[in-house]
Amino acid sequence: MSKTTLTRRGVLKTGTLAGGALAMPTIFTGASWAGSHTGFTNAPGDSEVTLGFNVPQSGPYADEGADELRAYELAVEHLNGGGDGGMIPTFSSKTLDGTGILGREVKYVTGDTQTKSDAARASARSMIEKDGAIMITGGSSSGVAVAVQALCQEAGVIFMAGLTHSNDTTGKDKKANGFRHFFNSYMSGAALAPILGDNYGTDRKAYHLTADYNWGYTTEEAVRNSTEAIGWETVAAVKTPLTQTDFSSYIAPVLQSGADVLVLNHYGGNMVNSLTNAVQFGLREKEVNGKNFEIVVPLYSRLMARGAGENVKGIFGSTNWHWSLQDEGSKAFVKSFGTKYGFPPSQAAHTVYCQTLLYADAVNRAGSFNPCAVVEALEGFEFDGLGNGPTLYRAEDHQCFKDVLVVKGKENPTSEFDLLEIVEVTPVAQVTYDASIFGGELGACNPGA
Amino acid sequence: MDAIILQILNGLDKGSAYALIALGLTLIFGTLGVVNFAHGALFMIGAFCAVTLQRILTLSYQVIDETKTDFLGNPLKVDVPYVQAWFGEAAGAAIIDWAVPLAILFAIPIMIGVGFIMERGLIKHFYKRPHADQILVTFGLAIVLQEVIKYFYGANPIPTPAPDAFAGSFDFGALLGFAENTIIYPYWRLVYFVFSLVIIGAVFAFLQFTTFGMVVRAGMADRETVGLLGINIDKRFTIMFGIAAAVAGLAGVMYTPINSPNYHMGMDFLVLSFVVVVVGGMGSLPGAVLAGFLLGILESFASMKEVIDLIPGINQIIIYLVAIIILLTRPRGLMGRKGVMEE
Repeated sequence: MSKTTLTRRGVLKTGTLAGGALAMPTIFTGASWAGSHTGFTNAPGDSEVTLGFNVPQSGPYADEGADELRAYELAVEHLNGGGDGGMIPTFSSKTLDGTGILGREVKYVTGDTQTKSDAARASARSMIEKDGAIMITGGSSSGVAVAVQALCQEAGVIFMAGLTHSNDTTGKDKKANGFRHFFNSYMSGAALAPILGDNYGTDRKAYHLTADYNWGYTTEEAVRNSTEAIGWETVAAVKTPLTQTDFSSYIAPVLQSGADVLVLNHYGGNMVNSLTNAVQFGLREKEVNGKNFEIVVPLYSRLMARGAGENVKGIFGSTNWHWSLQDEGSKAFVKSFGTKYGFPPSQAAHTVYCQTLLYADAVNRAGSFNPCAVVEALEGFEFDGLGNGPTLYRAEDHQCFKDVLVVKGKENPTSEFDLLEIVEVTPVAQVTYDASIFGGELGACNPGA
Repeated sequence: MDAIILQILNGLDKGSAYALIALGLTLIFGTLGVVNFAHGALFMIGAFCAVTLQRILTLSYQVIDETKTDFLGNPLKVDVPYVQAWFGEAAGAAIIDWAVPLAILFAIPIMIGVGFIMERGLIKHFYKRPHADQILVTFGLAIVLQEVIKYFYGANPIPTPAPDAFAGSFDFGALLGFAENTIIYPYWRLVYFVFSLVIIGAVFAFLQFTTFGMVVRAGMADRETVGLLGINIDKRFTIMFGIAAAVAGLAGVMYTPINSPNYHMGMDFLVLSFVVVVVGGMGSLPGAVLAGFLLGILESFASMKEVIDLIPGINQIIIYLVAIIILLTRPRGLMGRKGVMEE
């Protein structure tokens, strides 16, 4: 049995050491990061650095996950000097030179999120703790993104979000260590409403079917607010279970409600099924209130559009990026991805490719892998050449602000990939909002270790 | 009134799918005594028979269209289906358009074969094992089958439209004297409902009016006595497994235009179908059909906005709630027989 003796000197020494340790994260500021490759979680060695790609490799979003993984592999190839360099030559920041990140060859490990928050956290934790990943990126769901972002904050690594559209990711659930390139529900609503007004008029009655989870709520709120602002009336908003496959009982009463527009706040399989059901019911051939009945899908994905087939024709929605964009960055990425894989990249592939390059560039500019140095380099960073025009990584919420695409299901597609056409590139000013409206606190960055 | 008629109609097609799957489940349980959790996977495989036939019919060769370019700026390669080259553009397009109804013929032998292999290859080894073992092994089989389908067909839903002749919806409201567009119902869902009635009728007629069916019914009632009469009841029960698989498969084939098939669709129906079987009464074929339609319609009513506003979340629990009430008041289910699953 041991005996512990407390002395005044001992308490003072211990207190001084503990105080110093607690003050440590605030000692390193600004340029003092440069050249420092210790004192944070998973500090890499001199030759290699490991990134963790956490994507759905099984479950309902496995195809999107596979496309994300292709883009990640392409990004790693380009960062290490392979291939044609993709968007590195068009990227406005010129720190990436094909020698990896800060001279270290980029390696990667992958995890399977299964589009489940607990599985995603477990795979991210494994990549951080067992594989030494310095940065985690990926995901095809807001629930997963929010969960993994919180984990990365606790673990002291950077999280570069993949496909996540909920306002909450950079709103009430934002974290200092997390960054999102993808757009969000608010932006979809703000971009869509004027186009809907121009095409369908301002005297419309909308009926919302909303997926009963976080993303559905924020999307419904965004589209309602923006369409009501142009004069539309919301006659009803009905929550539908996430597990619903047949939406007929939700769609059949729509015409009885007097609505002349159906807004489907659904994504993935929900969107495919609800849109298919709505078209089966012949809603688009109906005339209500003296107007043609219309359907709107706020968030489009090419992979989902493929699932819905011909039903997407003529239906408006929004998207973060589309392969048919003709700027130099998009053309370079489409060429690079298309040559390697034989088909054009999806928006999910585009956003994760951008996130990988943006992280690598931030490390190079900061001169350190320390997460707090990376946060500092990304906050307020303005860039161009990655396919969305001039873009700002806003410091207040770590959300990218850039133009938003309003798209429409193409009437005469030339291939299975040519399903959407760009109707308008909504300027960034129109989709920008006050960072405080969604609440939440970034908090302090956490370097871990 | 119009809203009530509308929800009854909506419940019919969902109820049709429940009834067809539950019918097969009950056939297997009644004959072989096996609780088959892989039955939803058979529904899913049937749906993918339609997808497969659609892909076969749209097998194409490529021609270069110099006037257009692909996403890389190269001359566009246009797919021309072989059936259009062989039978002419119009006839070829019509064949492709009717891929789903044609898939019925395609699916029947495949599903009977799958059922036969499943029963002989795996399930027969678990006849004398506890129900818990049967559930575990068939559930595992279901997961294996869905992962195999995902490997070959991907995770995303695959559009499998109905023939153009059945596009759009029928205005029941106008027929019944209601205002226009108050009660609309898609043509294909009507087809699905009628199809399910035909299949259910055919199964009942087969069991009721054929010697084979009579032996099977006798075997379901008293397997040992039928065996003592020198009849190979095991062989007949294996055939019934194949027929049950075909019924589930056909339900899946015809369901594809209603919802684009994906690898997970079997699991979506499985649990509810089991509830249907239990509510209908274990081993009771009429009970399974009755409960299928009843719960389909109830689920539809629970999805009405007025009902959800009154009791939030009721749309997600209604079936289970009704199942609890029925089982509390009638422990054997609506039409359950004494002695089944009671030992």
